[in-house]
Amino acid sequence: MEIDKFKTEEKVTWCQGCGNFGIWVALRQAFLELGWGPEDVLLVYGIGCHGHMINYLNNYGFDALHGRGLPLAQGAKLANKNLNVIVIAGDGDQFGEGGNHFIHAARRNLDITCIIHDNQIYGLTVGQTSPTSEKGFVTKSTPHGAPDQPVNPISLSLASEASFVARGFSGDVKHLTKLFVDGLKHKGFSVIDVLQPCVTLNHLNTFQYFFQRVYKLDEAGHNHNDKISAFTKSFEWGDKIPIGLFYKEERPILEELLPQLKPEEKSLVDQDIYNIEIKSLFEEFK
Amino acid sequence: MIDLTWKIGGEAGYGIMSSGLIFAKAALRSGYFIYDLNEYPSLIRGGHNTYTVRISDGEIYSQVKPVNLLVALNQNAIDFHKDELSQGAALIVNTDKVDQEKIKISKGVNLFPVPLIKLAKEVDGKEIMMNTVAIGASMALLKGDFEVLTEVIKDFFKGKEKIEELNIKAAKLGFDFIKNNFNKIEFSFSLPKKNRDNGMLLTGNDAIALGAVKAGLKFFACYPMTPINSLLAYFAKQGPELKIVYIQPEDEISGINMAIGASFAGARSMVATSGGGFSLMTEAFGLAGITETPLVIIEGQRPGPATGLPTWGAQGDLRFVLHAAQDDFPRIVLAPGDPEECFWLTIEAFNLAEIYQAPAVILTDKHLGESHQSVADFEDSKAKIDRGFMLSKDDQLKEYKRYQFTENGISPRGIPGRKGFTFRANSDEHNEYGFSNEEAEVRKNQVEKRMRKMETLAKKIPNPNIYGPDKAEFTLIGWGSAKGPILEAQKALETENVKTNFLHLTYMNPFPSQFVADFLKGKKNVLMVEQNSTAQCAGLIRERTGITIKNHLLKYDGRPFFPEEIAEKVKELWK
Repeated sequence: MEIDKFKTEEKVTWCQGCGNFGIWVALRQAFLELGWGPEDVLLVYGIGCHGHMINYLNNYGFDALHGRGLPLAQGAKLANKNLNVIVIAGDGDQFGEGGNHFIHAARRNLDITCIIHDNQIYGLTVGQTSPTSEKGFVTKSTPHGAPDQPVNPISLSLASEASFVARGFSGDVKHLTKLFVDGLKHKGFSVIDVLQPCVTLNHLNTFQYFFQRVYKLDEAGHNHNDKISAFTKSFEWGDKIPIGLFYKEERPILEELLPQLKPEEKSLVDQDIYNIEIKSLFEEFK
Repeated sequence: MIDLTWKIGGEAGYGIMSSGLIFAKAALRSGYFIYDLNEYPSLIRGGHNTYTVRISDGEIYSQVKPVNLLVALNQNAIDFHKDELSQGAALIVNTDKVDQEKIKISKGVNLFPVPLIKLAKEVDGKEIMMNTVAIGASMALLKGDFEVLTEVIKDFFKGKEKIEELNIKAAKLGFDFIKNNFNKIEFSFSLPKKNRDNGMLLTGNDAIALGAVKAGLKFFACYPMTPINSLLAYFAKQGPELKIVYIQPEDEISGINMAIGASFAGARSMVATSGGGFSLMTEAFGLAGITETPLVIIEGQRPGPATGLPTWGAQGDLRFVLHAAQDDFPRIVLAPGDPEECFWLTIEAFNLAEIYQAPAVILTDKHLGESHQSVADFEDSKAKIDRGFMLSKDDQLKEYKRYQFTENGISPRGIPGRKGFTFRANSDEHNEYGFSNEEAEVRKNQVEKRMRKMETLAKKIPNPNIYGPDKAEFTLIGWGSAKGPILEAQKALETENVKTNFLHLTYMNPFPSQFVADFLKGKKNVLMVEQNSTAQCAGLIRERTGITIKNHLLKYDGRPFFPEEIAEKVKELWK
């Protein structure tokens, strides 16, 4: 199958039925639909179960530090504006360790996509509470129930000025693929928070739990150009959970605001550095 | 011989730093060698600021203690600095801020009362320009060329015609006030204009900026922190013209990770910070190590720990930088001693980082980073760019192993986004292809491969410089910015017929162990001079050579070494 060109030979070590499989499939499908080859994409991974995907996807990859995928990806994008850059993050990775980077990457608005594997628990360290765990959630680190309000990835993204904000569900690969394609096509910082059940450690937010609750925003007539209604929808979490595109706006990306990255300029990585003239720079120091 | 120290002191917020630089440039353009020093507390208004400019018609390498011409903008400037004045010194007193009756100065100091504020107000009604009036007055006292000063002011305020005009007017009022009010000037120093080109007036930061441009820097991320702020200001301003992207990140963690990303993508990248920021960078420092991503890090030291003395200097981060981040990985640590070395070692750092695919740290500090020194124009055509084992576009079409085991430890490096064989950088331990791997054998081989790069480099580093005769009665050792004051101390001791030599270290890792061991063999009178409280470099020498240096001159009060202190110590120890 053509989709297999995005797959490596490495053994997949996720638990059977893990929500990450849906994301893995949807991503490869999205690449295919966009007409991209393996070498057209750089994926930057955080640390967590999601990060293992570096071994399974045949693309350029960088397995970064816990929570630091976004800064690394922004640097790579600024250095090579022609590269398609995707960040694969986790909920603890992005909203715990990497919370500050998330806010600033969103407002900076580079043309990159941030996909959050949101399973509301720490998987790789075998079951502690996560920033997106529901209040009262019992884990190894919260045996008496998580005392904190969870982070709301959607409203946080909106408040941080992300220009494309969506939520997907890894139990609906077709819908997720569409969100990935739209997010990757979007010119600007796109966030896709993916509900991705941890079948081993999270016995609350299961596939079943989400199948019973999710509904699609576009089918419910949501206007994704309206930030106020996007905010309103972002707070909906209970018997009904909206998935799909919450908000999208077109605004200049950072690459367009920096004169040295204008379309007529070469990418930084393609510039000649062997013959740089600096004599003229001496003048201001005289 | 002309060797003059001029100092201006007053309240922060009155543009003392700008006026000091204008005065230094006027002296440079009059044909003199310059070394300057600014001191300021960590606040914006109200504290005491000073700017000291040493001017000489011979080569100079650091500040010295005696002040020959002091401009006191307020009473504090007199109280704090009157004891620094030399015999025959001149004191320009701002009579609008200082009660002349209360001035107590020693005999032999000549007083020049000038109503600086009154004159400044004649220009535009505000007192802010009193500094410029004082510069004009200073030039008059030194029988300097007012035209030179005019030209410097014009260039300094280029594009701001009104400000330029007002400043020239203010300087002229000060200049004329001295000429018209003091018939016989009792002051023996003068700065006649000389016809020689003294090149540029550069701080260590300026020299690093120029070196980085020459080396092909393309991406610079830098969160503001004293003492590296002038670096970010340079690239923020010049970036578009030079096709270099400067980003102000949300924190230093982001900054270094951005730079690693840009470098992985194939652009020469740099970050700059001080010890506190580098503390935040340490995990990513190791990331550059294990992913074998080239990176240049400027670490401008200041006294710590934590916030410490934010606007003062130190050499207290040597051990920190040598050991930062968990476990072992190759790192290059260089410590330039002056702006000239800052320029060349920056270019070297970019080359070494790419050849050895490892992070390279340049250790500077507040005094090196922010003090100006006159430097001849760099012969930059001698600079070479070496990007190491980078694959060509064609080579990248074929299958290759990013972390291939090689004899010298250096593996082939491709550029992501090119057609052909994809590869991955991995912060997890990995096999030769970059796939995560925890097998004992693979782990062992990767650790050894990485560390072999350091062995390869260790064989190639240049010998450190020795100043003075190979054989001398006394030996001084210093690293980084201690260089200038030690060279000056040698000069001073020479005049008293005390013969010294001086080993200056710039490669801190890899370390020139054999050379240092050979050099120190049999030497009895050795003094280590460094700016920290535990003699970190002396410890490093002992670790690498087994040789213990017993005598230490250590300073950790944030102030730079003065040559007088070093000369004094030598005499105290051995005379």
